[in-house]
Amino acid sequence: MLRYLIRRLLWACVLFIAVTFVTYAIFFLVPANPARLAAGQSATPERVEEVKHFLGLDRPFYVQYAKFLKRLVIEGSLGQSFVTRRSVNEEILRAAPITASLVFGAMIMVLSIAIPLGIFSALRPRSLLDRTAMIYVLIGISLPSFWIGLVLSYVVGYKLGWTPIAGYCEVFSVPEAAACGGLWDWAYHMILPCLTLAIVVAGTYVRFVRAEVMDTLSMDFVRTARAKGAPEHRVIRKHVLRNAMLPVVTMVGMDIGLLLGGAIFIEAVFGLPGLGGTALESIGRFDLPVLQGVVIFGAIAIIIFSLVVDILYAWIDPRIRLT
Amino acid sequence: MSEPLLDVRDLRTEFKTDDGIVKAVDGVSFKVEPGQVLGIVGESGSGKSVTCLTVMGLNDSKFATSTGEVLFRGEDLLKASSSRLRTIRGDEIAMIFQDPMTSLNPVHKIGRQLAEAVVLHNDVSNKQAYARALELLKAVGIPRAERRIDDYPHQFSGGMRQRVMIAMALINNPDLIIADEPTTALDVTTQAQILALLKRIQDDFGSAVIMITHDLGVVAETADDVIVMYAARIVERGPVRSIFNEPRHPYTWGLMGSLPRLDTDLERLYQIPGQPPSLLNPPSGCRFHPRCAFAMPICRQQDPRLMAVGSDTLHEQACHLDEATKAREAAKLVAMFTAGASSS
Repeated sequence: MLRYLIRRLLWACVLFIAVTFVTYAIFFLVPANPARLAAGQSATPERVEEVKHFLGLDRPFYVQYAKFLKRLVIEGSLGQSFVTRRSVNEEILRAAPITASLVFGAMIMVLSIAIPLGIFSALRPRSLLDRTAMIYVLIGISLPSFWIGLVLSYVVGYKLGWTPIAGYCEVFSVPEAAACGGLWDWAYHMILPCLTLAIVVAGTYVRFVRAEVMDTLSMDFVRTARAKGAPEHRVIRKHVLRNAMLPVVTMVGMDIGLLLGGAIFIEAVFGLPGLGGTALESIGRFDLPVLQGVVIFGAIAIIIFSLVVDILYAWIDPRIRLT
Repeated sequence: MSEPLLDVRDLRTEFKTDDGIVKAVDGVSFKVEPGQVLGIVGESGSGKSVTCLTVMGLNDSKFATSTGEVLFRGEDLLKASSSRLRTIRGDEIAMIFQDPMTSLNPVHKIGRQLAEAVVLHNDVSNKQAYARALELLKAVGIPRAERRIDDYPHQFSGGMRQRVMIAMALINNPDLIIADEPTTALDVTTQAQILALLKRIQDDFGSAVIMITHDLGVVAETADDVIVMYAARIVERGPVRSIFNEPRHPYTWGLMGSLPRLDTDLERLYQIPGQPPSLLNPPSGCRFHPRCAFAMPICRQQDPRLMAVGSDTLHEQACHLDEATKAREAAKLVAMFTAGASSS
C-alpha cells in the first residue's frame, strides 16, 4: 500500500511538471509579444523593452520556465495580473470556492440521481422505468447546459419565483456592501446552478451506472452468491454494487477535476464570479497570467483528484494494492 | 434407499432467444441416491450445465422456462417459491462452479465470503461463522489457513481458489453437491489434486455429488453412475463399470475414443466428426445421426427411446443399431484400450 502511494505521488509530480511546462509554453511563447501586452496598448517601444527585461522575457526559454516553476513551487505564486496588478493567487482564491460549490453541489445531486436510477434501470432492463430513464439520459446529453440553465432560471427563478434568477452570496467574510450572505443565502443561490450542471452531467452517469451494474450482474461471482442462497437484495448490495461502483469512482474524480477548471457556461448564465467567469474575463483583456493561473489551477485540481481517486480505488479494490 | 435424494422427471428447459426457442434440456430424467456420485458427461452445449442450474433454480427466469419435475426429497423444486429455493440453495444443495478465477468476489476477503454462506442458513454469530470457515479451509487443505482466511481471492492460485469454492460448497454440510466442471479450468496436476480432494471430501461428508464434465476420465475416477448427454437428451446411462466395459452408444464410443491416454500406442486421437447440432433446430430422428458413422435410414426418421441393454436394467441406451453390431464395436473399442494397457 505504501509503495503504491509513493508511486502515485511521484507520478503526480511528473504530471505537474509536464502540465505547467505545456501551459507555460502555450501562454508565454505562442503570443508574438507578451511584453507588449503587459506594457499596454500605448506604450513606447523603449517601454516595451523595459517591460520585457522586467518580466525576464529577454532570457532563454528554459531560464524563464525554471524561474516560473521556482516561483510557483517555492512561493506558491502564480504571478500578477497584467491588468489589475493584483496577485493571480488572490483572484483564484476568491473564485475557486464559488466554482467548487457549484461542482461539488452538482456532483452530490448527480450521484443521488444517477446511482439509484442506474441501478433500477439495470435490474429491470426494458421496463418502463428503464425506458423513461433512457429518454431522460438522451435529453440530458443532448441539451446544451446554458439552455437548460436559462430555462430553469426563467421558469423556476422568474415565473415561479422559488429561487433567485442569478447571483452569488458569500458564506464567510461577507463584504459590507453585499446584499446577502451566510449559509442559507449561499445555498439558496447555488441550488439552481447546481441543478443545471447536475441535469447535464447525470445523464451520462445514469447510463454508466446502468452499464456497470448490468455488467457485474452477469459475473460468475454473482451466480456464486445466489448459489449460496443469498437473497437478491443482498446479492445486489454486497456483491454487485461495490464492484460496479469502482469505475464510477474514477469517473467522479476525473469529472470533479475537469469541472473545477471552470463550468464556464453555467457560471455565465447565473452570473457566478467563479473560475469560468474569471477565465472568460481574462481572455477578453488578454490578461495572460490570470488565464494561465486558472488553467494551471484546473490542471492541479485534476491531478489532485486523480490522486484521491487512485487512493480510494486501492481502498475499494484490493487487487490494486499489489500492483 | 427408499426414496431417492433427487428425482428429476422428464425435465425440459427452454430459453427464449432472439433467434427462437432453444430447448436446452429436452426430456431428461435421472435419480440421485443419498451419497451417490453421478457423472453427467457430454460436449459443451449438450445441456448438462443447464440441467443442474435448473435443479438449483439459477436460470434467469426472464428467459428460461422449465417443465417436468425436480423432486428433492419428494419436494418439487420447480414449483417451490424463490424464498424456499433460497433456503435450500447453499444449505442442502450446494454448487461448485467451473471457473474458480471468476467465481469468487474480488473485493471481499475469502473468510467473509465463506462465512456469508454460514450466516445465511444458520442462526450463528459472525465469530462462529468464521470459525466454521476456518475449519473448512483446513479441511480442503489450504496451508496456513489461519492467515489465508483474511486474504483476497486474487492472492490465491486457481487450484487454491477451487479449494475455497469446495469449502464454500461444503460449509453447511449439504446433502447434494453439484460440481459443474470443477477441474476444467485448472492445469493437469491441479486437476488430479482437486479430484482427489473431492473424492476424499465425499467420503468424509457423505454428500451425494453430481459431477458434470466433458471428460470421461474424470467420471471414471469419481463416479458410481454415468449419464451421457447429447443435444439436450440422455443417450446412454448406467453404472460406470458398464459404461466403460460395454459402451452401447456410438456417441459414447466417440467420447471414449477421444480420451487421451499415455498407455496406448494409438496413432492419433479419435475424433467425432462435425459439430454438436444447434438446439434451435435439432436434427430429426436420432440427434446424433449426422455425425454417426453407423447411421442408418431409420436414424433420420425415428427418435430412439432409452432402452435397457440386454438384461441389465441399470444400463440404458438410445440407439437403433442392432445388438450384435453394438456388442462387436464396443468389444473392439474396449479391446483396444486393454491391449494398450497391457502392452505398456
